[in-house]
Amino acid sequence: MDFTKPTIEYADLWPLLVVFGVACAGVVVEAFVPRALRFIIQTALAVAGILVALAGTVIVARDLDVLGDGVARGAIDAEGTIAVDGPALFFWGILLVFALGGALLFAERRLEGGVSAFAGQAAALPGTEAERQASTRGLEHTEVYPLMMFALGGMMLFSAANDLLTLFVALEVLSLPLYLLCGLARRRRLLSQEAALKYFLLGAFSSAFFLYGVALVYGFSGAMGFAEINEAVRNDIGNQTLLLMGIGMISVGLLFKVGAAPFHSWTPDVYQGAPTPVTAFMAAGTKIAAFGAMLRIFYVAFGSDRWTWQPMLWIIAILTMLVGAVLAIVQTDMKRMLAYSSVAHTGFLLTGVLGVQAASELADGEVTSLQAVLFYLTTYGFSIIGAFAIVTLVRDAGGEATQFRSWRGLGRRSPLVAGLFAFFLLSMAGIPLTAGFVGKWAVFTVALAAGAWPVVIAAVLCSIIAVFFYVRVILLMFFDDDDVTAPGEVASVTKPSVLTSATILVGVAATLVLGVVPGPVLDLAANAGQFVR
Amino acid sequence: MSDLPWLTLLWAVPLVGALVTAFVPKAPGSALPKQVGLVFSLLTLAVGIAIAAQYDTGDGMQLTETHTWIEAFGVHYALGVDGLGLLLILMTAALVPIVLVASWHEADDRSPAAFFAWALALESFALVVFAATDVFLFYVVFEATLIPAYFLIGRFGRAGRGSAALKFLMYQLGGGLILLAAVIGLYVVSADAGTPSYLLGDLAKLDIGTNTERWLFVGFMIAFAIKAPLFPLHTWLADTTEKATPGTSVLLVCILDKIGTFGMLRFCLGLFPEASQWATPVVVAIALVSIVYGALVAIGQDDILRLIGLTSLSHFGFITLGIFAFSSQGGSGSILYMVNHGVGTAALFLIAGYLIKRKGTSLISQITGVEAKAPVLAGLFLVAGLATLGLPGLSQFVSEILVLISAFDYHWWVGAIAVTGIVLAAVYVLWLYQRTMTGPSAPGDEALVDLNRRELVAVVPLMLALVLFGFYPTPLLDVSNPTVDSLLQHVGVSDEAPTVADHAEEGAH
Repeated sequence: MDFTKPTIEYADLWPLLVVFGVACAGVVVEAFVPRALRFIIQTALAVAGILVALAGTVIVARDLDVLGDGVARGAIDAEGTIAVDGPALFFWGILLVFALGGALLFAERRLEGGVSAFAGQAAALPGTEAERQASTRGLEHTEVYPLMMFALGGMMLFSAANDLLTLFVALEVLSLPLYLLCGLARRRRLLSQEAALKYFLLGAFSSAFFLYGVALVYGFSGAMGFAEINEAVRNDIGNQTLLLMGIGMISVGLLFKVGAAPFHSWTPDVYQGAPTPVTAFMAAGTKIAAFGAMLRIFYVAFGSDRWTWQPMLWIIAILTMLVGAVLAIVQTDMKRMLAYSSVAHTGFLLTGVLGVQAASELADGEVTSLQAVLFYLTTYGFSIIGAFAIVTLVRDAGGEATQFRSWRGLGRRSPLVAGLFAFFLLSMAGIPLTAGFVGKWAVFTVALAAGAWPVVIAAVLCSIIAVFFYVRVILLMFFDDDDVTAPGEVASVTKPSVLTSATILVGVAATLVLGVVPGPVLDLAANAGQFVR
Repeated sequence: MSDLPWLTLLWAVPLVGALVTAFVPKAPGSALPKQVGLVFSLLTLAVGIAIAAQYDTGDGMQLTETHTWIEAFGVHYALGVDGLGLLLILMTAALVPIVLVASWHEADDRSPAAFFAWALALESFALVVFAATDVFLFYVVFEATLIPAYFLIGRFGRAGRGSAALKFLMYQLGGGLILLAAVIGLYVVSADAGTPSYLLGDLAKLDIGTNTERWLFVGFMIAFAIKAPLFPLHTWLADTTEKATPGTSVLLVCILDKIGTFGMLRFCLGLFPEASQWATPVVVAIALVSIVYGALVAIGQDDILRLIGLTSLSHFGFITLGIFAFSSQGGSGSILYMVNHGVGTAALFLIAGYLIKRKGTSLISQITGVEAKAPVLAGLFLVAGLATLGLPGLSQFVSEILVLISAFDYHWWVGAIAVTGIVLAAVYVLWLYQRTMTGPSAPGDEALVDLNRRELVAVVPLMLALVLFGFYPTPLLDVSNPTVDSLLQHVGVSDEAPTVADHAEEGAH
């Protein structure tokens, strides 16, 4: 048997390779560089790596091949395993932008009095002498940067994977570092470790489902590549039951990652327990990557079998919005509330996903579902990272104060921070002149155009519910007159370094600009075109 | 001069004013932000007058500006005024400075700069609402007005304002989201017909299927019925006016709520003429219930501000009735009614605010005999009250009689029920006056002082307008009639018996 060297299109894939390369370099730094220098080197390495990869993504995007009269742009690379096309590069772009925000939040050391938000020594048991020593020596884990880069690489690969095996590998590459990162909080370590364990167990379980589904789909189609699977679905060969079970099980894995009901139960615990910078990075990144993969697998591999999975998504979308919105009402913790709200946002995004229509059914210049979801993910990412970044600022003696009662009257004590937080909440609630409104408009539109009016009606009702819990927080911050709360019970805003401030300000600016002039980003998403098959 | 984008200027001035007012450097307790805010509101009024001066009554949409905004959604930044828009723009621009003067010390214990800034922001968004000729743009600003309104209610006012603000916002956003679904539906219909566009001109040409049209109409109508408000979606109204400052209530009831009836005319009738006629019986019934129910509930109130708020429910019933009677008297009457109600209710709210400030309570049962100590206050209150109940010679009479004519024209019993609203109005206004103003003055009222100059400056223009438009409504009618005619033509209705129209002419003059 001859061994042929696989062709790798380095010219297209180099942004991905830069991210993985930097991650590996980070591991080497960890092994060989003295402790005192690690923080600065790791931070610089991560930020530089992200920036280079971002530049690379733009460069690659500029000279993509145009296919079929501009319907799609891009190519399938690395022996058919990775599709570098318009949507993939859009995903890479926003993933890198949000990873940059995440990296800046990771590097924030002013809030904790000179150390990062991560555990001094993760191996030391909570409450032991070792932990106290690590704390007094000011130790910190700089491994978080390579871990984040690995997760980022996995996310980028996940949204570009063009066969089921690559997809599974990417899923694990993005998940494993995140499990670890979740357990590394400096404060409330037991909660953090519990979150990590829960995330790991449920994540492993869902991966098993996913893998089983991959096997079944392979059994149906005899192929791993999306295009070949699509061909098989189109020709309707073999055992239909096998295909349906396969689609179902792969969906379980993907829906778990995006946090859709009924696979959402990890979200509140993990979002609450994880160190807040990790939550911010994960909330934006995982969702984008998983929606990238979901869109590609449903539109490309199972695109000819739309009628079997669209009804399922109808139900899941309605359920997700309902569960997220209703459960968010009863939360009393800011991070948990944001977690449930992110579940509701998953539902809104699914509304966009199920709004897919054949190109022939669309009017000239009408919004496509892919365009709508891409835009929504962009707006959501900016506002969720910004919101969690603000959560890191609101602190009392015990670290971050995430209980609602601590936020009472924040609008009077720190009008600027409370005002910015209110702005993010309004965007998530979908109030006009914020980015969230345009995103919501886009996903509702494509769903309605595809005839999914029951989902749109449910989405409108859930939006009304959602408005309630967002606006209640604003009420709490600005209009609550109980000044008599005992000192220590209310939190105050700690002044952050430029790193966190910059992240918040970029988030605010993007949320405002995308709300007032969304045209350029919408056009960019439209230009990304369809997936390359 | 005529190349100036006047309508853009119209909303940009108060918005810039809001920002300047909010961020102007100031010493604590300084009046500078308030002065800056007032100057900007007067500038806005000047722009409004300049627009009115250029307006040609017979020429349809004018001063139009159309620029592509979000190409992917077919959305344009498109502005223009017709008679309806012009009257509401002028009313808004005139009321805001009056409210600012009347509320000069209202927010002194909190943040006066914030109050003035939010009021100007509200004015800016409201002006875009009345000038928008693109449905998406309308929707955006329609919702955006809620943010300043929410902060105005929630931060300034009496205890319990937080939950009142929440209730207000939930109702409004609920309606707004239903409207959103309908607006999206319009996009889908428009996209199916070819190229998606949100311009009113393009949408009016669409041939919408009967069922779709009715659904879309229902979506728009629910949102406007919450906004206006109509029974049974009115429950936010009384709570809000009770807890908010009187100035805020003027901005809400006299300006923002007009968006509801404005929307019915501009969008429900303009875009869904067939469905509007289909829904007429239901809407007329709801309007009648609002008229009678609002008046009855108002009679039973013990809180002045709640009472005034609920009278508006009755008045909005009249306006809606006039709109859906589909006759030229009804249409002109309701447009006139919107303006006159704005003026009359603003006067009532502001004078009631003065009174409450002096007495420290808003309960009718605890106020008595104000007339003796503060005759000017009592007298002006009486004039505003008489205008509200439709006394001939005051402006509200003209609009009310036009609406009633159209109601009788629609069906005699509709008119008969509507007339009871006027009788009940006499009860709630005169009884309110009798209980609070007449009689022996209450103990502890020795220090009660009459209106000072600032307070007078705020309400005297309103009084003048009430009397002027009562005797000489022609300028208002000249502006509104062409709009109504073209609208009715679009709906495909003509006045049934010309003789009735002649009577209306006589009644109007």
